[in-house]
This record gives sequence, structure tokens and C-alpha cells, in this order.
Amino acid sequence: MSKLIYLVPLFPLAGFLLNGLGRNLLSRTLVSVIAVGAVLASFVMSLLIFREVGAADFQTQVVKLFDFIKVGKVDIPFSFQVDRLSVLFLLIITGVGTLIHLYSTAYMHEEKPPHYARYFAYLNLFVFSMLLLVLGSNYVIMFIGWEGVGLCSYLLIGFWFGNEAYNDAAKKAFVMNRIGDLGFLLAVFWMMMRFGTTDFAQVFDKAPEATAAVMTGITLLLFVGATGKSAQIPLFTWLPDAMAGPTPVSALIHAATMVTAGIYMITRSHVLFDLAPFTQSVIAIIGLSTALLAATIALRQNDIKKVLAYSTVSQLGYMFLALGVGAYTGAIFHVMTHAFFKALLFLGAGSVIHALHHEQDLRNMGGLRRKMPITHITFLIACLAIAGIPPFSGFFSKDEILTAALLKSPVYYVLGVAGALMTTFYMFRLYAMAFRGEFRGTEAQASHLHESPAAMTIPLIILAMLSVAGGWVGIPEVLMPDAHRLQSFLAPVLEGIDGQPEAAHHLSHSTELMLMGGVLVLIIGVITFAWRKFSRYDRTQEIEAGGIARLLENKWYVDELYAAIVSKPLRALSAFMNARVERQLIDGMVNGVGRAVQYGSRQLRLIQSGQVGSYILIMVIFLILFFILQLFWNIQ
Amino acid sequence: MPVNYYIFLSLILFSIGIAGVLTRRNAIIVFMCIELMLNAVNLLLVAFSKMHHVAALAIDPASTVGTEAQLFVFFIMVVAAAEVTVGLAIIVMMYRNIHSVDINFLNRLKH
Repeated sequence: MSKLIYLVPLFPLAGFLLNGLGRNLLSRTLVSVIAVGAVLASFVMSLLIFREVGAADFQTQVVKLFDFIKVGKVDIPFSFQVDRLSVLFLLIITGVGTLIHLYSTAYMHEEKPPHYARYFAYLNLFVFSMLLLVLGSNYVIMFIGWEGVGLCSYLLIGFWFGNEAYNDAAKKAFVMNRIGDLGFLLAVFWMMMRFGTTDFAQVFDKAPEATAAVMTGITLLLFVGATGKSAQIPLFTWLPDAMAGPTPVSALIHAATMVTAGIYMITRSHVLFDLAPFTQSVIAIIGLSTALLAATIALRQNDIKKVLAYSTVSQLGYMFLALGVGAYTGAIFHVMTHAFFKALLFLGAGSVIHALHHEQDLRNMGGLRRKMPITHITFLIACLAIAGIPPFSGFFSKDEILTAALLKSPVYYVLGVAGALMTTFYMFRLYAMAFRGEFRGTEAQASHLHESPAAMTIPLIILAMLSVAGGWVGIPEVLMPDAHRLQSFLAPVLEGIDGQPEAAHHLSHSTELMLMGGVLVLIIGVITFAWRKFSRYDRTQEIEAGGIARLLENKWYVDELYAAIVSKPLRALSAFMNARVERQLIDGMVNGVGRAVQYGSRQLRLIQSGQVGSYILIMVIFLILFFILQLFWNIQ
Repeated sequence: MPVNYYIFLSLILFSIGIAGVLTRRNAIIVFMCIELMLNAVNLLLVAFSKMHHVAALAIDPASTVGTEAQLFVFFIMVVAAAEVTVGLAIIVMMYRNIHSVDINFLNRLKH
């Protein structure tokens, strides 16, 4: 079955080509069938491969399709790697992808047919690129997917290209990603130089021979790539702006799949990162700082999608914290559960936005639970999941990350818990403001309030079920022995360079239970507080924010800071270059040459009198000159 | 007679030729001056040839060294005669066309 792995990315590619080329010909229904069918087919293929990969005696397989680059000693085949890690990602991408494609057919129904087809073509292209990213068996193929998802992200953020601000957001995302991509590319070049190959297996084999400095350099550059794609400090500012895209896009690309590419890449290269402890500390610190920074910003945002965007950044920070402390299973586990509940949150938000005719301000919502029961229930489940209430999925994955952080350093743990509490607070603030209390919008909106169509609610229900049950594959040992199926599933992929399995945590059961209970009590306290406070939200009682609240409302002025330290000097430099170097120096040189030739010709033209006599005179003069010259030459 | 005399005479003739070519506007005179320069060179050739021949005779009375150049001079004169006919023909055509033999009138090279 794994020989047919190429079919998995082939279906979305075919869907992209069909919808992209036939966007003016195909009917809306046909477009939907092609797009959803393509991803669904991939999902079915992935399930079949998953069954095979799950077998106990399964060995990692590399399926070579054709030679991609073969020059001298460099041999980069176009090949796919089938192992448990990539297949797990296949399931997440195609599974959540199918649901979101289905959801999109209803969400985007207002679009005109060519744009409708264009949307689905981009979406399919994204799925294709993402599959390429996780399937590639060397860093070059991974990079192709890496760039492809960046491109699709750009195309989809700027999908409504009539709006200038959306285009700017798309460009911002693309440029920020490019900065990270450069790091990735340099890392690949360095590997090529040092190891002569980019193939995963070969690089990992040769990695222990390299010096610690080389490994730190390569891994840091890889991490720079990850910060761009996965929105970590300092390159996270594009993700909140990326909410300009249609909401299902935010769910698929900017929450569930693309932004986890960095986590996949680092997990895939965990052998390299294990050899560079310095990089690991950097990852842990950056991840934790991002988690906290984004969580604090989310506390004061009023745009429903902005809250979710910062929440995503914050959750990605958690995953990086897990990677930094070496808990790769924890990171992948959180990627998985996060894909479920964050996609659900975004789709729920999309359902709300759809019902309110593109109203995104939480202050104009409220009381939606009566009009939109399915959205309400599923959204509540997602909130409980992200807050980490057992038995919802978020509890298990977050608990695993926090336990791993505690083993590394208590500071990580305390800050991590603080972040988790903030997450709980802003999620329930969002929930209470949107669904509790009374409706605060206009009369027109109130009269049109309706539950979304089935194409939107079915994905919500499925994702809600996954958000509840998704965590049960990773129940910690303290609650149920030998129930962490994800860990044993991923163990062959994640074993260290010396063949040792990933370090298991050694925390006494009583401590672990106590901490778990303590955090749970705190979280429930925060939920009650936020619930009571924001259920009776009244915008007339809103007081002018001051001090820290103002700082948070303005997102710590990070965008302004970047504008001041990067954009402004760059603009000033460009203006200087334009005025002085370009116009005066370069243009001056070019025009100077022209002017010199013109002037010279004008002077030389006087010689050409047309008088034969003068020509002969000049000839004779020069002949005599040559003779005299030759005379001296010979004497010498 | 020492060879110097011939050299000086040839130099003077050549200079007169050049001066004539440079200063005169009448095409026939310019042409004559060109002939003058040509013959100055011929004279030089004969003079050097004779000089070599005399030097060779002093060593070997039967030597013919240097006599070839004197033959060459005849060739040059014959070729020059042919060239003169062509040149004069051109001048005649020029006169027929523009009723003048002033070379400055022909300044079309400028354009």
C-alpha cells in the first residue's frame, strides 16, 4: 500500500489543476465535488496506509518516484518517506482538510463561480504542498512543500484582492515567511556542504561526526525557518494579520496545518537538535516567550478572529517549548489536538461571522447560544478542550508538555501554567461575550440570525467529537497505565541517535497528580471568573483602558517597534540610495559616458572636413611621427 | 659619386612631391607630384642597388649581386605607366562631369 503513497498528494494536485484551469467552465457543484472529493480520496488513501504503518513490524519506507537533481556528487531524488510520523501528519492534514473543504462549500457560496473555483483550487494546492512537505524524504523536497504552503498562504490571505489592507496582510505574511525560509535554505546548503546529502536518513547518520558548533549553526538556521512558518518571536506578527483571509483558510492554514510545519520539521530532525543543546534551550525560551506574549495580547482583543490568531501563536509557542525540552511526542500530540480544537474554534467563529454577515467584533455579539445551538455547543467543547479540562483533548497534550517542562526547569513550568491560565481566561471571555448575555448587535442582524447550514455544522460536530476524544490516545501513565498509545506509536520514529527511546519522564505519581489537580482547580477558577464577568458584558461600562491594558490592546506595540527598527531605517536607506547612489552616482556615470562620447564626437567631427588635402596632411604628419618614434625605439 | 648625393636628391624630390600633393588643388599637378614621389623612390632603389653592386664587385669581379633591383625599377616604371593612364583617365572623367579639376571641389567624402 505504501507504494501507492504518491497518490496521496496526486489527488489534490489533480483537483487544483481541474478547478484552476476550468474555473470559468465548471459549475459550482462540480467544483465542490472535485475539491472535496480530491481531499477525501487522499484521506482514504492515508487511512489505508495508516493501517499498514500501524503494524508492529513496519519498517520506514522510502519510495523513490524519480531523480530530481543529479549533478556530480549531488543526488537528490524525488522520493517520499513513509513512516509513522509522516502518516500521522497525513491523517491530520487530509482529515481536517476534508472537513474544512466541506465547510468552505457553504461558507464561500456567496462568491461568483470563477472566484469560487479559484478558492478551491488554491485550497487544493495548499493541501498538495503540505503533503509534499510532510512526505518528502529529504530536505529539498520538504523545502518545495515549505515554499508551496507559503505561496498558498499568500494567495489565500489576499483572496479578496480588492481590499488593499488584505493585500498588505498577504504581502506581510509572505515577506515574514521569506525571512524564515532563508534560514531554512542556508541550513540545507550547510548540510549539503558538510554532509554532501540532504537525505534525512543519511544526514542523521553523519550528524554525530560533525562538531558541536556546526550542529548548533545548522539547527539554529533550521529554527529560524521554523519561527517564520510557525509564527514565533520575532517573526510572529504576520499570523494575526493573516486573519484577513476567509475564515476556513484561517482554520486550515493558519491554525491546523501550515503553522505546524515548523514543529514537524524540528521533530523530523530531532536527531540534529538532540546534538545541539544550546539550540534546544533557545527553542524552549523562544517558545515560552511567544506563548506568554501572545496570550497576554489575546486578553484584550475584541476581534473574534484576532483572539483566536493570538491563541494559535500562543499554542504554537507551547509546542516549541515541548520541542525545546525534548518532549517530541508531547509536541506532536499537541499539534494533533490543537488541529482539532483550533480548527473547530475557527470554524465556529466562521459560523458566527457568517450568521452575523461579516461582523467580527465581540462587543457587537452576545446571546448567540439561543439562535445557534450547534455552533454554541461545539464552540464550548472547543473552549473546554483548549482550556485543558479533562477529559477533553487539550488537557492531555498540555499536561504532557507541562510535565516535560517541569522536568527541565520549574521556571518553565510556572510560566507555562501562567500561560495556560491566560489561555483559559481569554477563551472564556470570548465564549461569554459571543454566546452568553443578550445580543448587542443591530436589529437587522438580530432578525437574520440563523444557524448555519448542514455543510457547516457537520464539520463542526465531527471536529467537536475529535476535540473530546482526540486526547484519549495519549492518556498519561499516572491516570491509566500503558494507555499512551501515541507514544508507543511514534516511538520507532523518535528514538534517539543511539537507538534509545525518547526519554520517559520520571515524576512520582503523587507529585504529578497533585500538580494536575492544582492546575485544574486554578483553571476552573479562571473559567468561573471569566464566565461571570463577561456574561454580563455591557459596552457602556467599558472604561478607557490605561497602563498595561492599553499596552496589551495595542499588542505590545510590536508592529510599531518593527516599523521603527526595521521598516523606517530601511525606507530611509532606500530613499538615500535612490537619491544619492542611484540618481547621482549610477545615473551620473551612465549619462556622463554618454555626454563624454557626444562631446568628443562633436570635437572630432571638425577633423572630417571632406578636403582630401587635409586628410593627406594628417596622414603625413602621423607617418612622420611614427618614423620619429621608431627612430627612438631602435636607438633604445 | 657617393651614395649620399642620390639620397639627398631623392629626399628633396620626395619632399617636393609631398608638398605639392598637400598644397596644390589642381588634380593634374597633384598627380604629377605623386609621380615625383614614386620616382624619388625609384631613384633611391637604383642608387642603393648600384652601391651594393660596386661593393660586391670589389670582392668578386664576376658578381651580379645588386643588379636585380635595377630590373625591379623597370618593372615599377612599367606599372607606374599603367597607373598613370588610369589616373589620367579618372581626371578626364572628372573634368567631363564637373568641368573642373579642382580636388577641393570634390569634398563628398565628408558626407
